[in-house]
Amino acid sequence: MTALVPTETLELVARARHRRARRWWTVTGVLLLAVGAIYVLSLMLGDTFYSPAEIWGVITGHQVAGASFTVGELRLPRATTGLLAGLCFGMGGVVFQSLLRNALASPDVIGITSGASAAAVFCIVVLGLSQTAVSFIATVAALAAALLIYLLAYKDGGSGPRLILIGIGVAAIFDSVISYIVSRAAEWDLPAAMRWLTGSLNDASWDRILPLAIAVLVLMPLLLGMGRDLELLRLGDHTASALGVPVERRRILLIVTAVGLLAFATAAAGPIAFVAFLSGPIAVRVLGPVGSPILPAGLVGALLVLIADFAGQHAFGTRLPVGVITGVLGAPYLVYLLIRSNRSQGTTL
Amino acid sequence: MTANRSLHAQAVTLGYGERTIVDGLDLMVPPGRITTIVGANACGKSTLLKSMARLLAPSSGSVLLDGKAIHRLPTKQVARVLGLLPQSPIAPDGIAVSDLVSRGRYPHQGALARWTSDDDRAVARALETTGTTHIADRPVDELSGGQRQRVWIAMALAQETDVLLLDEPTTFLDISHQVDVLDLLTDLNHERGTTIVMVLHDLNLAARYADHLVAMAGGKILAAGDPHDVLTESTVRGVFGLDSRIIPDPLTGRPMVIPMGRHHTVDEPEDVAARTA
Repeated sequence: MTALVPTETLELVARARHRRARRWWTVTGVLLLAVGAIYVLSLMLGDTFYSPAEIWGVITGHQVAGASFTVGELRLPRATTGLLAGLCFGMGGVVFQSLLRNALASPDVIGITSGASAAAVFCIVVLGLSQTAVSFIATVAALAAALLIYLLAYKDGGSGPRLILIGIGVAAIFDSVISYIVSRAAEWDLPAAMRWLTGSLNDASWDRILPLAIAVLVLMPLLLGMGRDLELLRLGDHTASALGVPVERRRILLIVTAVGLLAFATAAAGPIAFVAFLSGPIAVRVLGPVGSPILPAGLVGALLVLIADFAGQHAFGTRLPVGVITGVLGAPYLVYLLIRSNRSQGTTL
Repeated sequence: MTANRSLHAQAVTLGYGERTIVDGLDLMVPPGRITTIVGANACGKSTLLKSMARLLAPSSGSVLLDGKAIHRLPTKQVARVLGLLPQSPIAPDGIAVSDLVSRGRYPHQGALARWTSDDDRAVARALETTGTTHIADRPVDELSGGQRQRVWIAMALAQETDVLLLDEPTTFLDISHQVDVLDLLTDLNHERGTTIVMVLHDLNLAARYADHLVAMAGGKILAAGDPHDVLTESTVRGVFGLDSRIIPDPLTGRPMVIPMGRHHTVDEPEDVAARTA
């Protein structure tokens, strides 16, 4: 090229780029530290206090009186499930919200986690399948729910608001299926009912965590690798395609990956209410318009679940499942968004 | 950069579902020149542009980029050669101008997204060319329509493609910004030899800025070539069903359309000239 570029402009561009990168890493780093801190705290605190040294002993496989059971078999699986499920819900949620450019298009609002939950409760209560089989069937069911919503909403290309309304209807259908199965099978088992209706970490265990951990290890890098493509898809399909993103293929891969994470998390902890819905908007608010919000949203999700579960365990006279707390947080935001989307067009993320 | 790319729509039939919009159309885009496509609403001009940008696969025929069927080339490979500014691109909330322009570099980056000083230079040059350096840190959604359009063009420029397609780049702009954008594209064509193909609404601006004018009607090309040959009273009638007079634009000598409505038109235009003189 012949035209010389002024050095000031070059510096301006580089400076803005560094500023964006710095902001992304700072926010993500702080969130990571916060998640780490609350994870450790939830291992230490409870009816009995255990020091970090005792917890470390349990993790490294030593026998520590009392702690080996309380931490190793109760607190550690509980916090780990919360951490992983929160990550999955946060990341899966923000992918849907970004793809559909609408905060209301969260998988827990439009019936995708309800689909996974209905399949999981059916497999466990009626068929008595193992956790791994349940996770895969839940994924298939969640994909089927996504497809069902898409087909019902599809008319001349399908629009966002239409898809959301139909999704809310589909969610109601799945929720009633869950209620039915739970009420038939375990009238005496309220915790189980809570787990499948609003999500709970009460019966977290290592054999439930294993499939979830593997799903996170496999799907999370895949999803994060597509972060830049998702950012370009937010510019509209045509622009993204003109910039070299294979739009249809990438969108399907993003949806399948996100649904996989959501379904495995749902199979392990139930559809923890509104975590997917809240994490993306909170992450975007904190992060600002710099870089991909996928990982920050995942960390916000983990933070939400861990804090809500801790509060549900210890802040009230009675022990509340995590989904009740997140539900209380999420419902007003849902109402707020519905009112706002009624007044103006759209509720972009 | 001045490598002349050939872009050729070869007997393309285009449509959505059952509906055929463009039927067996041929268009050879002259390399290194500005081609402007005009036509009435729903004549298939945007559809044609979409197929040339690889967004819409033809049901028969093919679009050839340097002799290769564009729909069989990888998206990213096409994006390094051919850029597109769609009619209504979406700017995410709060995104800064320099961030948006930087996204034009995507097709040049590998899977691991290494950002090089070449990328910085391309972005800086795009900002300079479009005169948007002073708003580089501002959020796109706070800009005026004219500034926003410049920013989108800057993003397409950062892509550094030899061919640039634009779908109605002047819609929603007032007249001064329309001229401004078209001047900018002409600069780009003169300085870098970029092949430009754009759909325009305004016949007079199209005739003024085109090296090659394409008039479409009913999914077919009615006339194509030098604006002087294409923009005739019979073409205007064929394209828009409108009677008109064509006079030379007093500033450029390019043909200029004066539409004839049912009102305010006198039989002998010379009388008007005499009266106002």
